[in-house]
Amino acid sequence: MNRLLATASPRALAALAGLFVVLLVAPAFLSGYLIAVMIVILSLAYVGQAWNIMLGFAGQLSIGHALYFGLGAYIAAAGYVKFGLSPWIGLIGGVVAAAIAGAFIGALGFRFRIGGVYFALLTIAFAECTRILFDHIAWLGGSAGLFLPVASRDTNDLWTLRGAPVMFYYVWLVLTAGLFVLCRALLASRLGFYWLAIREDEEAARAVGIDSFRYKMFAVMLSAALTSVAGVIHAFYFNNLFPETTFSVGRSIELLLGPIIGGVGTLFGPILGAFVLTSLSESMTVLAEHIQLGSKAVDGIKQVFYGLIVILIVLFQRRGLWPWLSRLLGFGR
Amino acid sequence: MSVLEVETLSKRFRGLQAVKSVSFAVPEHAIVALIGPNGAGKTTIFNLIAGVFPLDEGSIRLDGRPIHGLPPDKVCRAGIARTFQLVRPFAGLTVEDNAVIGALRAAPDVAAARAVAHEVLGRIGLLDRRNQRAASLTLPDRKRLEVARALATRPRLLLLDEVMAGLRPTETDQMVAFFRAINRELGITILLIEHVMRAVMALAQHVIVLNHGEKICEGTPESVVRDPAVLACYLGEEAV
Amino acid sequence: MPFEVFLNQTASGLLTGLVYGLSALGLSVIFGVVRIVNFAHGEMMVVAMYIALLLFQWLGLEPLLAVVPVAAILFLVGYGLQAGIINRLIDVPDTMQFLLLAAVGIVLTAGCMVIFGPDARNVTLPYSYDSVEVGALLIDKPRLLAGAAALIISALLFLFFRFTRTGKQIRACADNIAGARVVGLNVKRLYAISFGIGSMCIGAAGSIILMLVDVHPYLAGQYTLLAFVIVIVGGMGSHAGALLGGVLIGVSEALAGLLLQPSLKTVFSYAILILVLLFRPQGLLGRRA
Repeated sequence: MNRLLATASPRALAALAGLFVVLLVAPAFLSGYLIAVMIVILSLAYVGQAWNIMLGFAGQLSIGHALYFGLGAYIAAAGYVKFGLSPWIGLIGGVVAAAIAGAFIGALGFRFRIGGVYFALLTIAFAECTRILFDHIAWLGGSAGLFLPVASRDTNDLWTLRGAPVMFYYVWLVLTAGLFVLCRALLASRLGFYWLAIREDEEAARAVGIDSFRYKMFAVMLSAALTSVAGVIHAFYFNNLFPETTFSVGRSIELLLGPIIGGVGTLFGPILGAFVLTSLSESMTVLAEHIQLGSKAVDGIKQVFYGLIVILIVLFQRRGLWPWLSRLLGFGR
Repeated sequence: MSVLEVETLSKRFRGLQAVKSVSFAVPEHAIVALIGPNGAGKTTIFNLIAGVFPLDEGSIRLDGRPIHGLPPDKVCRAGIARTFQLVRPFAGLTVEDNAVIGALRAAPDVAAARAVAHEVLGRIGLLDRRNQRAASLTLPDRKRLEVARALATRPRLLLLDEVMAGLRPTETDQMVAFFRAINRELGITILLIEHVMRAVMALAQHVIVLNHGEKICEGTPESVVRDPAVLACYLGEEAV
Repeated sequence: MPFEVFLNQTASGLLTGLVYGLSALGLSVIFGVVRIVNFAHGEMMVVAMYIALLLFQWLGLEPLLAVVPVAAILFLVGYGLQAGIINRLIDVPDTMQFLLLAAVGIVLTAGCMVIFGPDARNVTLPYSYDSVEVGALLIDKPRLLAGAAALIISALLFLFFRFTRTGKQIRACADNIAGARVVGLNVKRLYAISFGIGSMCIGAAGSIILMLVDVHPYLAGQYTLLAFVIVIVGGMGSHAGALLGGVLIGVSEALAGLLLQPSLKTVFSYAILILVLLFRPQGLLGRRA
């Protein structure tokens, strides 16, 4: 499954290139609301791809990616609020912190041979501890939150990420497309082959000379670092951060729904999953607003819906929607 | 000149002394067979050489350099490739990918690795099936694939663990011919564990016999097969 | 700090720990037999709490007595869940089972949110504020009753597994599934019963713990993690381990709340989880896998 999709057929790539062009010009035709929805889709597509690297490539399930997300968000935000640093500078700090955290957790898991569900619990434990810790860091606002000053939404300043949603739309588009290209290049490289081998059979991989620890660590650190970038953009888009929502298990789960639905370990899965999830959930919200349910109830119904989708996918389309869709569209083999 | 030198190798698992002070050498370009009844310690010795377990006593040298204590991936990078008793190809990947992954060990990039992979697959007769998933191959073909993958790493020494098991006589003969060819043409040194005597007699230049973790005899295949101690351990004391 | 405070807090933690232990026992039974990690554990417990709440509001049935109907309801839920959905997932990789149950949990929590709203609710009993003197200790009456109830139920469960026919059959499945099939045990049915029993423990624990805490939909996550910490510390699949782990965690939580800040006591539990996963993953009483 994996290699076939990494070297996606020319038809699939052509379709994707066409999609990219469409997305480039789309903001000219979309309402403010739809642009916001697209931002959600693109950000989930980005972060889903980043998460996918850890499970799809290194074979470790992480339900604590909110940790890296939060580190990126808080470090960049603090850099701006406290020191006037551009988010792109703060991003470097976030990426380094996330990579170190990822390396630490990954090393613990690999060295002590913790896999599967136990490793997932380890990741949750670290994310939750960080969440509670940040609740107590008054300098960063504690549980009351950290707020970024909002100048105006009229002028777009890319350097400080102050501006209209359209600016963020393009930032996310570039990030998502860029990450896709990166993942594809990685999978076609020596590294990609090694990752596939490790995922198939780690001991056999070692028997042909692959230093599995090193390559698993790289996947983990890469996944963490890329996720932290999403946190940075998120912080500057919403302009407020709370440990409660930034580091929560709910956030971690939100990050991984796209890949799960679209197909873990595939290139297109996270993108497809983000699209399906968001469009269906937004449709539901619109529907619910028409029927005039309270907003809290709408939230709850969204969650029920997310849960049901995952259940259906796990029971009936375990590999996600992409393998099925690609066969349908005649893309893959 | 010896490619592999094993000296007074010992390994204990809790109460069981699996390998007791075994010493032997594998000369360059040779094909050496390690035989003995089940439980004699043959696969344990392979696992010790391949770095899967640490040894208790003794030393293992490859081209004079000690390799005991190295983890499996470093052992491979030092120049030893192995196959597994229970075949382990990368089941979800294609035949070609399996070989490419092996070839990446010595090749500078993916394109070069692919060329090496094709060459090896051609040699062993799997090139026409290179896009098939490994899991869908028959057992003999999966064995061939594992050998191809090991060979693609360009090893100094090839460790074959019961690679003939489960093969029909004609398939066995084909494998024997293949190993003879790579030994002759590529100069690859081979150490193999075998139960299939047909293969041992046809392939091995030198045979080492183990029983209960100890070396009890070594020599040419013909002399070993007639040795009383060897007959006793296979057929029982009374038969000799 | 006066020694009595310390002692009281320990006793309090011990009793709460017994209830935690009962809930963890549910997790352990399921894992030990069906080999599935029930990530919807906390959510099922919260559902049980809400059911007990409703029984109290509609029928005036106090939580201690509601244990029986709530446990029965949860037994059926668990049985149904296993027979209907989870049976399809026996041979599927860990991560998929995990995700399925996590999703079930999400649905349950969100369902509670929609039906009951986010506000915390509780149950006030005539003896909610009474204390009992046990030697030098001063213990809350609800907590004493809760701990005692948990202990009694655990003991009954122990007797069930030891001495009844079904109990022994379930233990056979846990021990050697192929062997169990070979001697003609209906493994699918026993799996479902085991999941039912595990859920029953969760139900009982939920009903009991309503005497001690307020219920709100987002309590679930914390209870799931707590049960996991306990089972990992005590040893996955070990019943005595679950109770022992429960008591240990209950006491350490109580003391951490006393000596550190109360809000950090969860961090303490997580720290224990991390340490155990690293240094003794089989837990105190578990078997090395």
